[in-house]
Amino acid sequence: MGIYLPIAEMSVNVFVLLAMGAAVGFLSGMFGVGGGFLITPLLIFYNIPPAIAVATGANQVIASSFSGALAHLKRGTVDIKLGLVLLVGGVFGSTLGAAVFAFLRAFGQLDLVISLLYVAFLGIIGGLMLVESVNAIRQSRAGAPPPLRRPGQHNWIHRLPLKMRFRTSKLFVSVIPVLGLGAAIGFLAAVMGVGGGFIMVPAMIYLLKVPTNVVIGTSLFQIMFVTAYTTIVQASFNQTVDIVLAFLLMVGGVAGAQYGARIGQKLRGDQLRALLAALVLAVALRLAFDLFVAPGSVYELAGPGGK
Amino acid sequence: MMLRAAAVIVLMLGAAPALAQTATQTPTQSPVSTVNPGEDGERVQIGLSTDRVTITSDFSGADLTIFGAVDGVDPQVSRLGGYDVVVVLEGPASPVTVWRRKRVLGVWINAQSLSFIGVPLSYSVATTRVFQDITDPAGYRRLSLGAANIHLEPQDRDSDPATIQEFTAALRERKLAIGLYTENIGGVQFLSQTLFRATLNLPADVPVGTHKARAFLFKNGEFVMETSSQLAIVKAGFEQRVYNYAHRYSFYYGIFAVALAMLTGWLGRLVFRRD
Repeated sequence: MGIYLPIAEMSVNVFVLLAMGAAVGFLSGMFGVGGGFLITPLLIFYNIPPAIAVATGANQVIASSFSGALAHLKRGTVDIKLGLVLLVGGVFGSTLGAAVFAFLRAFGQLDLVISLLYVAFLGIIGGLMLVESVNAIRQSRAGAPPPLRRPGQHNWIHRLPLKMRFRTSKLFVSVIPVLGLGAAIGFLAAVMGVGGGFIMVPAMIYLLKVPTNVVIGTSLFQIMFVTAYTTIVQASFNQTVDIVLAFLLMVGGVAGAQYGARIGQKLRGDQLRALLAALVLAVALRLAFDLFVAPGSVYELAGPGGK
Repeated sequence: MMLRAAAVIVLMLGAAPALAQTATQTPTQSPVSTVNPGEDGERVQIGLSTDRVTITSDFSGADLTIFGAVDGVDPQVSRLGGYDVVVVLEGPASPVTVWRRKRVLGVWINAQSLSFIGVPLSYSVATTRVFQDITDPAGYRRLSLGAANIHLEPQDRDSDPATIQEFTAALRERKLAIGLYTENIGGVQFLSQTLFRATLNLPADVPVGTHKARAFLFKNGEFVMETSSQLAIVKAGFEQRVYNYAHRYSFYYGIFAVALAMLTGWLGRLVFRRD
């Protein structure tokens, strides 16, 4: 069954989009990630103009992160104060990102930058995760106990000024890295259409030393706001949010996420991370392929509106 | 889907050729370069039963049928197949930028560009026969007729002529490759001595806006006259409203998109909750 997307101005198959949303929702439920980093490339592979894929991807992430954040708020595993400080940075980053987005689009380089950012981030994160999880699997096979993290250990980040106390996370840390991290994630949300959970979670654990139990909830809490802000900014300045497209993805996504979460609870953490890493690397390779392989035609048309 | 613009056989009612004006001609009083527009000459008319085509949510391209009639036919010329008709459906014009990609450090990037103004977003042409059998190349160029002859104007006319030529050719080639410019040889058929039917292709991503249907009549290889008619291609009610809101009230549209996402997330949790 075909459906005409009013903003993308093209006819697409409803079932392909629902299935795409469900598959990504399943994976996001299974791995506890927002799924924006998978949705946007998939939409681009499906010939949705990248500008619309990015803005609509951000809109779709709101649904899954809101649903997830509600669950964490109920359990009390959200550091609201930390989330709000991250959000202040996120608003700056997202505004800057939307401006850069419009600028790149005007100069015909948007598609390239989106692809490059995806290949770089997915390649690095996927590679690191794969190495780490394979090591963990090997160690557990060899019978060694998993290495203990020592949250009390401090690094250079904890010597910066302007310290602030975050009670829920039992942290006393400078606001500079918190704002900076928030801004970086906001920027990526605007330019890449991702929630940024795949960067936010490791950064909070390893850089800020936030206790693991509040990391996911806090990350979802602030991602929800940053993607909501990004959606409004993209809709206002670039008119690239396709609400019909986003809705189809969300419906598939929220359904898929619940089943994914059930499967995810049955798998071991290190195996789960290795699987996710393989998936992330596969998406990165597929995008890199298009960058490096000679295109069918060296010419490309661009009209107003990035199409 | 078949959009049938039913037969509107236009009987000659006086000075109808005044309709025929083309964008490329200078705005003088007699804009139609009609060879023989007198009372005894042939006249071509086309009729559309509708002046509006609506793109609904299940739109996946369509065939548009246009009927027309030639009046004042010389039966002898007609018997020998001396009359030819070319029908064109030209989409709304818009600026287009053509980029040329270049390999830098192994990565293909957009390196050089040339912008054109007033490029028809779509251009669909149907003919009675292959182009070279109807008239000579110079004739097509004079009329800017056919995908190869559409007038394309670079924004910066002082650019290097070789560059302009290269990018103009690339623009045509890309438009043909993505199916926005199409040629349907044999798409115009004479149903009788005077009545003809043209079948034009509307691709799934046909641009919305005012399209211009034009019919060109040729007699023994000579251009006789052209006529035109307008066709509005619009999105259906819901799609158009969404588009309008997104552009006119973009801030509120963004708020609505966020609210819809939150509602979906919340409902999804209610329906599938586990904790």
